[in-house]
Amino acid sequence: MSNDGANRRRIFLKQVATAVGAAPLALSATGAAAAAAVAVPGTPQPQDSNPATPAWHFFNGNEARAAEATVARLIPADDAGPGAKEAGVAVFIDLQLAGAWGNGDQLYRQPPFLAGTPQQGYQLAFTPAEMFRLGFAKLDEAARSAQGTAFADLTPEQQDALLAQAEHGQLDFGVLPSGAFFAALLDATMEGFFADPIYGGNRAKIGWKLVGFPGVHASYANDIERHGVAWTRPPASIADAE
Amino acid sequence: MSKTMPAVDVVLIGGGWTGSVIGKELAASGKRVVVLERGQPRWTSPDFQAPGVRDELKYTRRHELHQNAATETYTFRNRVDEVALPMRRWQFAYPGNHLGGAGAHWSGAYYRWDPVEFKIRSHYTQRYGARIFEAGITAQDWPLTYDELEPYYDRFDHLVGASGFAGNLNGVIQPGGNPFEPWRSRPYPNPPMRVPHAPALFGEAAAKLGYHPYIQPSALSTRPYVNSEGLHMNECVYCGFCSNFGCEQFAKASPQVCILPVALKLPTFELRTGAHVLRVELDKNRKHARGVTYVDAAGVETFQPAEVVILCAFAINNTRLLLLSGIGRPYDPATGKGVVGRNYTHQTSSSVSLFFEESVNINPFMGAGAVAVTMDDFCTDNFDHGPHGFVGGGYIQIQVVSGAPIGNRPTPPGTPGWGSAWKKAAKRYYNHSIPITITGSALPVRGGYLSLDPTYKDAWGQPLLRITYDFPDNDIKLSAFLTEKGTQIGRAMRGVTLAQGNPRTKPYGVAAYQSSHINGGAAIGADPATSVVNRYGQCWDVPNVFVTGAALFPQNSCYNPTGTIGALAYWTADAIRREYVRAPGRLIAS
Repeated sequence: MSNDGANRRRIFLKQVATAVGAAPLALSATGAAAAAAVAVPGTPQPQDSNPATPAWHFFNGNEARAAEATVARLIPADDAGPGAKEAGVAVFIDLQLAGAWGNGDQLYRQPPFLAGTPQQGYQLAFTPAEMFRLGFAKLDEAARSAQGTAFADLTPEQQDALLAQAEHGQLDFGVLPSGAFFAALLDATMEGFFADPIYGGNRAKIGWKLVGFPGVHASYANDIERHGVAWTRPPASIADAE
Repeated sequence: MSKTMPAVDVVLIGGGWTGSVIGKELAASGKRVVVLERGQPRWTSPDFQAPGVRDELKYTRRHELHQNAATETYTFRNRVDEVALPMRRWQFAYPGNHLGGAGAHWSGAYYRWDPVEFKIRSHYTQRYGARIFEAGITAQDWPLTYDELEPYYDRFDHLVGASGFAGNLNGVIQPGGNPFEPWRSRPYPNPPMRVPHAPALFGEAAAKLGYHPYIQPSALSTRPYVNSEGLHMNECVYCGFCSNFGCEQFAKASPQVCILPVALKLPTFELRTGAHVLRVELDKNRKHARGVTYVDAAGVETFQPAEVVILCAFAINNTRLLLLSGIGRPYDPATGKGVVGRNYTHQTSSSVSLFFEESVNINPFMGAGAVAVTMDDFCTDNFDHGPHGFVGGGYIQIQVVSGAPIGNRPTPPGTPGWGSAWKKAAKRYYNHSIPITITGSALPVRGGYLSLDPTYKDAWGQPLLRITYDFPDNDIKLSAFLTEKGTQIGRAMRGVTLAQGNPRTKPYGVAAYQSSHINGGAAIGADPATSVVNRYGQCWDVPNVFVTGAALFPQNSCYNPTGTIGALAYWTADAIRREYVRAPGRLIAS
């Protein structure tokens, strides 16, 4: 076709636009290993890249280890497939916490902060960034006082036991209810596992492949009345620019 | 610093459905009209184009098209003896923001309200006796009837390109449609939606049990359509990114698809975005509005003089504007006196979780906001309420709204929330589970109301709107009844291994999403002692101020609000255009 060239150019431009859109991730790559794995702005980004050493935007080294260790227990790699760590969920959370959302751009933060009834919903003063920073520090403290080591160095069984205590609000995190931290961590983990891969998680569409979500496929007009037929096409992300 | 703009005939607060419809109608009649929209301009192209729009994190989790809770939220308490606290993040409803408002991110479920709902108090009293209403229920008749509103429903149908199969054409029941549907003067402009697998299974079971399932009407176009404004809509492609998203396809009706392109071509119509209205300004005797004060996109406090002010903000945000402006007497639940803030309601929704054999592929991602098989056998007064002792009803349906898995990852009761057991269940059930959803009506109670919060303020330093509310026992009884009916249908469906009903229980809370149908505070009525506006939406106390939208609902129907809101917008526009202009500043005679 005579317009093949034009089409290719359009696709290329879309990919460039997508890569620029993902610039926060690309610009983050300060380490040599990460730079090798992550695209620079202006070139199509390999969307399923798997940087061996992520360049963290928000987490310090201890927090990053704790984040990777916790998400690996919340959604573990097992015989059902890779888990949250392999899907880059810690990278996702790190990027979210470094950005506007992490800094509370969608949270009403006017005082007074009072304890409410359960029906009144979330009433804590922390931004997500503040909550995760404190929460991971307290989780490491709890691990040290129980087992003498950081959370990331516990056995999986010990990690699960500690997380279950946090889930039920049984750990003392000081001003931060451990149950609230656990709920926020689990929420963010699910977001990172199932959000579009452009946000740094759901790497290689691990989350979508687990459940069989096709992503951003264009149209089901021809399929919706084919009742019960399994969908078998591989999932597509926004960055695939279909 | 402040400035004053040139005077106009009509200023409308809000660029959603009602602002767009009334603004266009009045501009076309020669009035100089300004619509003040607090959000940003958002258009199908480029803002809502694929693939970028198909982003669950951005649109649903990060509230791209919702009011930003950081700058403006509501406070909530169950009872007057509690301290109301702010909803610090959105969990309970998604008020709209940006051009098109909630009309850009809605699902498109498209209903007319039943004739009974316009005369709820007198109808139920007549059929069952006054004691069918629990003590403290403040439900009241509308000051207009379904028959009066029908021509306006019809107009809105043809604006939004409604799809469906008429069940009742001019009083004649049509085979294949909903036999409980109120009469309509014309068929739907477009045929019904296609039916996905799970709704088909639901319909089969409901029919087997003797009910009357039908395909839910929608405001998603089912074929190429040119609407009543000459604007083009396309066929819905069932992409599954509908509720909370803008529609890339020009298929879901929205102000920007269906009316604004025509309005903006009128020399008498002006749209200003980034214009956040603070209040309506009244003259000295507080009987006449001079215009509105807003903060413009550059942050400058601005006065817009106008002959008529029309409140077209999201639902109960109109009630807040009345309170902030000192229009009408605020309601006092202790005395029952006053009207502004009275008759707040939400919805009485519940569900039945269904889990299927692994051979049944639901494909939850093939859907749309309003693709459902539904039934009205237990709506309004379509069944005998005598044995049950409650007022109202609800529809029972399976709809396939979204398979996006941050929000949609069902697991059976008892499954852990994380770890390998969760993961295994999430994998097993993602494509083999979908809920039956039940959308029930909501009755207002004497102690449930809207007022200005004494403590918490918005980003402009104005008091937040405070919601004080708990369910009446009536609605809890209704939910138990409907959820049991839904559970029986679920158990009769092919391939279902587990059907578990989740009825609505007290207390009412704002920590989980129920629906964005939050209503009342500016009730429409025939008596100024129990209503804020007359039958045309005109304020009793300040006749050159009109109010639109769900703030007018004296109680909530089980049926989704937008059809009725659109019909009322045309009704109000006609009343202003034909009647009000003859004696401006005066109450329109009924």
